[in-house]
Amino acid sequence: MSDMRQLYQEVILDHNRKPRNFGSILGANRHAEGHNPLCGDHIKLSVNVLDDKIETIAFEGDGCAICKASASMMTGAVKGKTVQDAEIMVEEFRGMATGTLDLDNQANHLGKLKVFVGVKDLPSRVKCAILPWHTLHAALNPVLSLVEGAESSISTEGEADPVPGTGIGEE
Amino acid sequence: MKVERMTVEGMNGERTDIDRINIDQVRADFPILNLKVSGKPLVYLDNAASSQMPQPVIDRIVRYQSQEHANIHRAVHYLSELATKEFEAARIKVQHFLKAKESREIIFTRGTTEAINLVMHGYGRAFIGKGDEIILSALEHHSNIVPWQMLAQEKGAVLRVIPMNDAGELLIDEFEALFNAKTKFLALSHVSNALGTVNPVKAMIAFAHRHGVPVLLDGAQAAPHQSLDVQDMDCDFYAFSGHKMCGPTGIGVLYGKAQLLEKMQPYQGGGDMILSVTFEKTTYNVIPYKFEAGTPPIMAAIALGAAIDYLNGIGLSNIEAYEKELLDYATEKVSALNGVRIIGTAAKKAAVLSFEINGVHPHDVGTILNGDGIAIRTGHHCAQPVMQRFHVPATARASFAFYNTKREIDKLVDGIRKVQEMFS
Repeated sequence: MSDMRQLYQEVILDHNRKPRNFGSILGANRHAEGHNPLCGDHIKLSVNVLDDKIETIAFEGDGCAICKASASMMTGAVKGKTVQDAEIMVEEFRGMATGTLDLDNQANHLGKLKVFVGVKDLPSRVKCAILPWHTLHAALNPVLSLVEGAESSISTEGEADPVPGTGIGEE
Repeated sequence: MKVERMTVEGMNGERTDIDRINIDQVRADFPILNLKVSGKPLVYLDNAASSQMPQPVIDRIVRYQSQEHANIHRAVHYLSELATKEFEAARIKVQHFLKAKESREIIFTRGTTEAINLVMHGYGRAFIGKGDEIILSALEHHSNIVPWQMLAQEKGAVLRVIPMNDAGELLIDEFEALFNAKTKFLALSHVSNALGTVNPVKAMIAFAHRHGVPVLLDGAQAAPHQSLDVQDMDCDFYAFSGHKMCGPTGIGVLYGKAQLLEKMQPYQGGGDMILSVTFEKTTYNVIPYKFEAGTPPIMAAIALGAAIDYLNGIGLSNIEAYEKELLDYATEKVSALNGVRIIGTAAKKAAVLSFEINGVHPHDVGTILNGDGIAIRTGHHCAQPVMQRFHVPATARASFAFYNTKREIDKLVDGIRKVQEMFS
């Protein structure tokens, strides 16, 4: 991709400037932290799951525009969804970012998130876009969280495409 | 001719002859500089991470692999003797490059990192013990921190860190105050990879020696850019990598004073580092072979020798002068931009320009510049303590070599403006 404006579209730049659902939720029942040591991207998610549904979700942290915009748009996209539907979106987003999901011919629920499709041509930036989604996956899986203690922590260091569900093993 | 003699006239009409790099001739030696990236001509400004290889070095690799290769120091056949002769000739080229007293003071390693680890194992584990202190600087690359931290953990030794000022210069008074009876080692970068600071190593080494403390210099960022004299600096160890100075990856050098190398423990055990082996006892080989276990990277060592020949052909002093011109030009252009902060403003700097654009993460800078074919490094540069000192997670870093041009720096500046415009 030579024209970087295909990736750095206004919607991404806008979410980077004014991230939505930024902060933490007092009394949230799910937490996870993700970091990408290569860039210094760092995301903390707090999620309230009630009756298997994501009632509220917020993130804080710092990172590049791709990571921050991805986190901001993710929180908007999964709020109100069931845990299962959110997990499907984690899979789909990962598929899009790594180029295994064909957006034109495969049904998906990504909607506005398709703006991130350009990262698939930038292997070093795939991790930035995926980090918030991996962190969400960790937050939604108490089993994974238990391994690490109360808060789960994932890292995308060293893996261009860490498989969701194995994030903890990559530490 | 890659270097031209020119006569310049001074203010009072006096004439002086100076040597100048003929940049077109030099660039023609580097085939990779003809590449297009993202459809644009490559602007390679990531030389501090790894430099590019000129045709004479590439040709040397091809000649070695097609006409000279065999294992060294072993067989009596023609190829083995030829490869051995060329490998040892490369050692002598390195000796002269460093102005070392003897060629046996030159140990081939995989790179700077392995050279430092060799000293940590061979010297540190033998001579540094519980409660002893190792002095490092706040400018170090991880490869000159982590090995010493591992040693400190193993032995119960303590790391002391020389702080720096906001320009990225080490505080010499504080450095001197760190010394006491427990100080056993000083590990110091000659030139900082993240900021470009050139440390006043000669004076620092002299001070350490007055306290009987041996000194290792990490020369990875110095060796490609200035002429070196290990005897004049009087360092006890000097480490550098081939791939940052127009050679291949997988080869580096540890220089050590012979009397220190002789009393050190071997780093790895294996073939070539022994004189005799029984199941009861092994007698180690003499230096440098004691530290070169197994088959070394023969081709890479010979190619490093060719890279040294190439650099000498241009002249390290000409390279240093030309790169200073590039750095001054880039510093002036980038400083003039609003919302851009240069990180690392030491009075004495190598051709490294670390910077930060207000409100834009360095990785976004790197990606957008890459769209214009411009290669810079973004990240923590394996120097996280330096990033912490300047309260940034990462920086964007342009690092120049003698084959870069002012036109390329203009493209970098245009690229920075484009990033600012996109993020405004």
